[in-house]
Amino acid sequence: MAAEVLVPSSPAEAVALFRDGAATTVIGGGTVVVPAITSGRLDPGRVLLLSRAGLDGVTVDGDTVTIGATTPIEALLALAEHASALAACARNLADCEIRGQGTVGGNLCVGAGYEAPRGDLQGCLLALDARVRSAGPDGERTEPLEDFLAGRRGRLLLDVAFERPAASAFVALAYPHTHEYTVLAVSGARGADGTVRLAATGVAGPGARLRSAEAAAADPEAAGAAAVSDVTFADDALASAWYREQTLPVLVRRVLSHLEESA
Amino acid sequence: MNLTVNGVETPIESGPLTSLLDVLREELGITSPKAGCEQGGCGACTVLVDGEPRRSCLTPLAAVDGAAITTVEGLGSPERLSPVQQAFTHHYAAQCGFCTSGMMMAAQAYIDRGGSDDHEAIQEALGGHVCRCTGYVKIIDAVAAAARGDSFDLTVTASGAAITNLGGVA
Repeated sequence: MAAEVLVPSSPAEAVALFRDGAATTVIGGGTVVVPAITSGRLDPGRVLLLSRAGLDGVTVDGDTVTIGATTPIEALLALAEHASALAACARNLADCEIRGQGTVGGNLCVGAGYEAPRGDLQGCLLALDARVRSAGPDGERTEPLEDFLAGRRGRLLLDVAFERPAASAFVALAYPHTHEYTVLAVSGARGADGTVRLAATGVAGPGARLRSAEAAAADPEAAGAAAVSDVTFADDALASAWYREQTLPVLVRRVLSHLEESA
Repeated sequence: MNLTVNGVETPIESGPLTSLLDVLREELGITSPKAGCEQGGCGACTVLVDGEPRRSCLTPLAAVDGAAITTVEGLGSPERLSPVQQAFTHHYAAQCGFCTSGMMMAAQAYIDRGGSDDHEAIQEALGGHVCRCTGYVKIIDAVAAAARGDSFDLTVTASGAAITNLGGVA
């Protein structure tokens, strides 16, 4: 069991206690970390528990939506008018009890799962061109989510923000399984300037931008085919890499079709 | 740390990262929350934390220090079953009973927030709860009946069979 459990009561205290994150396990809602501790897979030495740090809450300022790190995932269901894809993505994630406990920051920072992909929101927020404000030893910085996901070690996520898109869409593979994790999903958003962004969840690693598919977005058939070259597929307990490779183009086409319909 | 468990303020000695499930079962001897999958997948451990349904297996003690916890033991007693317990009894909504505690706590939370007898809404509210006896139809019927505020004859089931050995569903 952990020797040291820190429960900060303000964002500033959380940042100070996090330091550079070395040898520190951060708990948002606990839905991922607690089972790992209970089962003995994880024996953390220093734990930062954020449940009282005041990092939760959603603010909407004009077209900018900002979501605090410990905002429960369930709160995203109320954001359908700002980004329907994000509400749909959140609704697809587990059940209302887990969504009420799991946090947006936890979902963005969680590592790859042992048996299934994790981080369901990553793809959707990549498609929404979200940016992350985080803190580390060199202070605060704001960067694209994609950069944060690529190099987040040593940084504490404070909030994530995006601009309301002109249209957005989320399509997940309907593949019933006793696990609630998303097998494969594609999110898409069209910005105010007409730019289409696409990203996938459920491929190897964190959520992934589908840049080749974006470049071919005007032709959904070609975009679907191109998406396969944007990601690496992996076998896991939920589905095979082969199966995901066959279905990704279909999901890309459907997302583009939904974006087209809402034009 | 301390918890108010079923209305009783209780000092807790377990470590701060002990799951609420282990605190309830191992330290306090409250056994209605079941240790099923212990990874959030089954719903058998659901309790109310300040009125919200939560998987106790996923909840570290330190995150709920000072909170009010409600388990099935706090719903009613064998002599005075709560409406949800009566509904589960009358509708024979327990088979092996392992999922029943979690189902009832989710049902209680659903009804507390004004949930109706709409089956789709009930399925959504109970979506994280697995019944391996696959008794979902009767469970949903029971929750719908409790949501409507039905009154129940606890000597017979909804299908007419006599109830002889279900003193209390817990």
